[in-house]
Order: sequence, then C-alpha cells, then structure tokens
Amino acid sequence: MTLLSLRNLSVSLRGRPVLGGVSLDVGGGELVGLIGPNGAGKTSLMRAALGLIPAEGDSSLAAMPAAARARHAAWMPQSREIAWPVSVEALVTLGRMPHGQRGTVADRAAVDAAIARMGLEPFRHRTATRLSGGEQARALIARALAQDTPLLMADEPIAGLDPEHQIATLETFAALARDGHGVILSLHDLGLAARHCTRLILLAEGGVLADGPSREVLTDDLLARAFRIRAFHADTPDGPVFQPTRVIR
Amino acid sequence: MKRLAPILLPLVGLLCLGSLVIGPADVGVADSLRALVAGGEGPLTLVMREIRLPRMILALAIGASLGLAGAAMQGYLRNPLAEPGLIGVSGAAALGAVISIQTGLAAGFALALPLAALAGAVMAVLLLLALAGPRGGALTLILAGIAISAMAGALTSLVLNLSPNPFAANEIVFWMMGSLADRSMSHVWLALPIMVVGWALLLPLARPLEALTLGEDAAASMGVNLTRVRWQVVLGTACVIGAGTAVAGAIGFVGLVVPHILRPLVGARPGPLLIASALGGAAMVLAADIAVRMILPGRDLKLGVLTALVGAPFFLHLVWRTGRQA
Repeated sequence: MTLLSLRNLSVSLRGRPVLGGVSLDVGGGELVGLIGPNGAGKTSLMRAALGLIPAEGDSSLAAMPAAARARHAAWMPQSREIAWPVSVEALVTLGRMPHGQRGTVADRAAVDAAIARMGLEPFRHRTATRLSGGEQARALIARALAQDTPLLMADEPIAGLDPEHQIATLETFAALARDGHGVILSLHDLGLAARHCTRLILLAEGGVLADGPSREVLTDDLLARAFRIRAFHADTPDGPVFQPTRVIR
Repeated sequence: MKRLAPILLPLVGLLCLGSLVIGPADVGVADSLRALVAGGEGPLTLVMREIRLPRMILALAIGASLGLAGAAMQGYLRNPLAEPGLIGVSGAAALGAVISIQTGLAAGFALALPLAALAGAVMAVLLLLALAGPRGGALTLILAGIAISAMAGALTSLVLNLSPNPFAANEIVFWMMGSLADRSMSHVWLALPIMVVGWALLLPLARPLEALTLGEDAAASMGVNLTRVRWQVVLGTACVIGAGTAVAGAIGFVGLVVPHILRPLVGARPGPLLIASALGGAAMVLAADIAVRMILPGRDLKLGVLTALVGAPFFLHLVWRTGRQA
C-alpha cells in the first residue's frame, strides 16, 4: 500500500532552489533511508512532503487536511525540543493529540506500548528535560510511536545516540516496517543506513541521484559524485559492512 | 489541575467574599452581604453595589485575565520569562490614558479615560498586525512588541515631560501605578465584555499549547495551525490586557509570577496551566486589593505597587531556587 506519493516536488528556501522534480512513492513495509551530503535537501524534502513548508508539485500527504494528516504521518524534527519539564509519560501522551480526546483505553494502550517499545518504563515518571540526550531522543521517538500512524518520518533520529541505542533505535524502526508501517529516516551514518534500511534514497545535485537497495545506491561512482568519498564495503555473514575511508581530493 | 481546583476555587471564592466585606465603612459581614443581596434604602446598599461589588468583579476579572494571558504567552513563546505586557498593548493603553488625562479629556466624562486607553490598545494591535504580519514567527512578534512598548513608553514620558501643570503630571504618575479604587459598575460593563472575548480566544489554546511543548514543527505536524494560534494569543492577550489596563492601570508581575508559581503544580503542562493561572491570578489580585485597603487604609496604597513589591522578591526567590537546582 502506498503511504506517501510525491510527484515532481520542488522546494525553494528564501528564493534559492533546493530540490527540483522529486517523484517517489513509499509504501508500507519499507524502511527508507534518506541520505546525502549536508544541504542536499533531506530535511526540506520531508518537511515539504508533510506540507510544513511551501513547495511546488504534488505530495499526497501535504494535500490532506491537517487533522487527517496527523493521523497518517508522525514527524520527528531534528531539533528534539522539549520546552517544559513535563514527565516522560505526559510527553509520550502528546502523541495521542491527533486522535481527539485523551485518556481513552486506546490512548493509554498506545502510550504504554510506545513506552515499552522504547524501553522507557524506568523513566516513565521522570522529568523529561532532566534525562540524558539519548534518553530524551528515545522519549521523543516514543511520542511519535504513540501517534500510531501508518507512516513515520524522522530527521536524523539517531544523531547523538550511543552505538547501542543507535542500533536498537534502527531495529525498532525496522520492526515497525516489518509490521507494515512505512518509515522514512534521514541518516548520516551510511554504514548503519546500509545495514538496516530496505531502501536508500540518495539526494544530491538538487534532486534524487539514486533510489534503490543499498548495493545499488552506495556505489563507488555515486559516492564520489554525491559525497566525494571512497569507502570500503564487504558482504559478511552478519550482513553488509560499509565504512567510508577517505575524501577524494 | 484536578488536585489544584479544590484549593484554588474555594480560595478565590473566599477572597471575593473578603473583597466585598472589607473597606473603610466599618460594617459587619452579615449586614454588608444583606445590603448587597437584598438591597433596600440607605447608604450601605449603595456602598456595596456601587463601590465594593465593581471593585471585587474587576479584581477577579483582571487577575484572572493577567494569569491566563501570562500562561498563554509563556506557553506560546515556550519561555518562562514571557509576560502579557510583552506585546506592547499595556504600554499603548497606558499612553492612551495618559494623553486623555493630559488633554483634559479624562475630566470630560467618566469613561473618557478607559475609552482612550482602549483606543491606544487597538492602535498597538493594528501596529502589531502590520509589523509581525500574517507569516511572521514568534521572534518577529516579540521584537514588534518590544518596539511598540518602547515607543509607547517614550511618548508617555514625552507627555509627562511637556506637562504644563504638576497636578496633571501627578495624576498621570498615580494612574500608572494601577489601582481599583473608586471604580464603578460602568467600568465593569466597559471592560468585562472585552475580557470575555479575550478569555474565549485564550482558553481553547490548551491543546495547541500542549503540542507546542515539542516545538513549532512537531506541533504543526500534529495538526496545530500555528498562524491561528499566534493570532489567538495576540488578540486574546490584547483584549484582556487592553481592557484591564484601561480600567485599572498597569498591574505588574501577576502575569509573570503566577504561571511560574503554579507550573510545577500542574506537571509543567501548558494546557492545564491556563485555568490554574487564571484562578491563581484572580486570587493574587483579589488578595493584593484587599491588602492595599488593610495595610495603609488612609494612604491609598496603589495595587500595582503592591503586586510589584510582593511579586518581585518572590520572583527573585524563584530564580535563586532554580539557579541552585541547575
């Protein structure tokens, strides 16, 4: 089932074109890694797809009424803002807002499931702003999970996490994809992207440079064009290993 | 909020009663209330219905307005230092009042001063609309508010500076200190409907402000219309603060301190804080207005002076405590 459909989407920021003519579909069961160098338009693409910034072209998501969109797609911005010292439980409960009145049985079940999934039970009644950066990031992911949407979009959700929680978080997203959700993540760690994503979209040169499985996207030629790097990659019994090695001068 | 309401509601009720029965006319509680409810001939009914009742209603409404607008402003800007005066409406309302005193317009008829103050508030809102625009963010709003406040403050000083007679200057200075003394039911009828409009704009903000805990982008993705929320905050605050300043002058610190005190008691959630702050603001202004009548009964201690005298040290204490915890 297609959860997001973009047709010829173009984004300009302050009059400067960032992305032009992006067309793609994301369906349930996909864990899509959005990769590309700084400034390639990863964040802009997701925000434009959500209708948070003006764009030309069509986005199935941006075309929805705001309330319906909030029940279709959850969005985790990179900023990870928690403005007030609320409890983790109250923070996660915010995810239920698009579903109307809070406090129903379904709401409590969704909040409990999200807290359990992110391993936050010990922190449930702690003040969110007093947690470590990684714990806050997990609480914010739990907030998005509680929103219980078919599509999840996150801007660099694993930046600043330790290796254990980077892997655990990506495994959570992978499990959600296996459950039929569509997941779109922008990622800078190409190694983790290669290991966990079912599909990579490489943004560079103002548009989509490549779109497909990691071995088709992380090629020497495309890496040189998009990132100006060389990388080592190998297929191991434990899955693909990918390590950027040096800059092309 | 569920735990706070049983404390705040009776407290506000008790203070309303206190406001009605305390005054220079030394009458018993029962006699006062009987005169208020049953009416009848004589000066006591007049005192109760024309002096103390409007004073109580205004203290209740203005206090609730200051608390509510303060909580809404802090929630919207996600900043515990925000206060309702930030958008410049109170400064502009004060300027309108000051001009009416200076020109002698205020002496013309009873409501000339509050009407002039309201005109000042409306000017400030129009200026804010022009400066902050339909698409401007929170930062533009704050900067526009600071600019309007500074402009209104400068013009107020100019009026004082050029004041030809010391009595007008004196009257202006005393008016700006904020007071509820000698207000009539016509002040209530002028201010209350505008405040009710403001409350109707601010109270439905509970859910959008909750969502804004996660920042503007996440709130928008959860279906919050940010442009609408901004105008609800600005117009709602302008209504309640413009009307409040018009009839009572500037009453400082309530909108800043009350949400700050109550925030930990509602789990820091900006939604429940709205009602809690409205009740807390009402309690604070009612209590302060009772206190000014009891502390120096003969000297007309100004309400705004007392709220600042009590509010500022309390705020210092909070800052000190927060600093120690960090």
